Amino acid sequence: MKLAGFLLMPAGWIIALAALVLLPSSASRTVFVLAGIGVELLGLFIVVRAHAISDRTQQR
Amino acid sequence: MNPSSGPVLSGSTAALCFCCILLMPCALGGLGLINAGLGRSRNVAHSLLSTICITASAALTYFFVGFAWQGYLGSQSHVWVVQGKLWSWIGSERFLLRGIDFDTSSYSLSVMFGMFAVGLAAVIPLGAAAERWRLSASCASTALFAGITYPLFAHWAWGGGWLAQVGTNYRLGRGFIDSGGAGSIHSVGGLTALGIAWILGPRHGKYQANGMPVAMPAHNAPFVLLGCILAWVGFLGLDCAGSVLFLGTEANRGTLVVINATLAAASAVLSGVCITRLRFGKADASLCANAWVAGLAASAGGCAVIRPAGAVVIGIVAGLLVMFSVEWLELRFKVDDPGGAISVHGLGGLWGVLGAGLFARSSPMANSQYQWLAQVVGIATLLGFVLPAAYGSNWLLNKVISQRVGLQAERQGLDLDELGTGAYPEFMIHNEEY
Repeated sequence: MKLAGFLLMPAGWIIALAALVLLPSSASRTVFVLAGIGVELLGLFIVVRAHAISDRTQQR
Repeated sequence: MNPSSGPVLSGSTAALCFCCILLMPCALGGLGLINAGLGRSRNVAHSLLSTICITASAALTYFFVGFAWQGYLGSQSHVWVVQGKLWSWIGSERFLLRGIDFDTSSYSLSVMFGMFAVGLAAVIPLGAAAERWRLSASCASTALFAGITYPLFAHWAWGGGWLAQVGTNYRLGRGFIDSGGAGSIHSVGGLTALGIAWILGPRHGKYQANGMPVAMPAHNAPFVLLGCILAWVGFLGLDCAGSVLFLGTEANRGTLVVINATLAAASAVLSGVCITRLRFGKADASLCANAWVAGLAASAGGCAVIRPAGAVVIGIVAGLLVMFSVEWLELRFKVDDPGGAISVHGLGGLWGVLGAGLFARSSPMANSQYQWLAQVVGIATLLGFVLPAAYGSNWLLNKVISQRVGLQAERQGLDLDELGTGAYPEFMIHNEEY
């Protein structure tokens, strides 16, 4: 889970960069950059959850 | 200012910029005092010595390779050509600061600025890793930070890199704005702090078997609050110097920079006082101190380009974010951050980067309405590159040398274990809480 989260973060970044380079119109560029941020936040959430669960397991 | 080269400074502007840079070590001292005061008394000397050693390690690494890879506006860099646009991704200056005249040019001043800035950013993770981070590991981790993560992002934002160029290349306002280091210093440091806190895990005794956190209160509130004042002075100097060097702000606009930074810190701390008073019945000194620094961190993004009213809004939101983020990290996400570095610098810095785009005064240039999108691309870079890079490099380092001290050392206190003597030798410590 942790690895998946850490892979999603750069994936979101690449989506944002690709939107800048490939999309000509400002509207579609905005949507895809925000989508990239969404993917990154999903990855961050997964990593945060994975760490919280593993720390809790170690406490026990 | 020509966006492809640094500003040409008059004698008085260079002198003012030099003096502002000289104030930056005050911020280092302030952060050191805050971290030491927020920790337990058994780790004070270790915390302050770590601050000095981390700064030293950062400065030396920056001298060896950091500045060469960071570069400055208009200096040499490695460039990719992507669909006809130039993407400068890493500086290619000479190692060991060779070939620099060390005069009062903006180029030379940027080297001096960078040496303090990298130390400041490198000290931020110490707040989150306090009381369990080996001195040797903190120096090694700092070398990775000052040699890889920091110079790359600083080049992109401050050294004429691709983030700074998104304005000219893709018509996103002026490109990524970061006048005082909300992204390059605070966010980079704060996200690295998150990565290190994950790798180290919580302090021994911080969480009970049922997952509830145990309070480990700050041992010295005067340290913390005096540290806030000292950090204020240092960050004012940093904001002014950064605005002149990286945004080409006129020296006489320094008053706006100082006023904005102060207003943001003031509104952040007062929002912190109100929230803690409403929730707990009394103002909480350590949380309010964190809110003050978060206001300074958040204002650093756009202090040279926003109006004072915008700075007040940025400060209020920064204060609120810190209040809830500290609690969420500790209670829900089990991240043990004794100094609040992740919330204050990481989240505060990210909000400052976004706030600079939302509240920047519109300029006559075309597409200034997309300034916020340039800032969002910067945030995407911080979350998508800096955080994984910081975590990955520290994860690898942890495989080579264990970054965390042993259980006995943690119980005994790092002052005795790693330094051989306590900071307060006249006091005997018996409980976990102190």
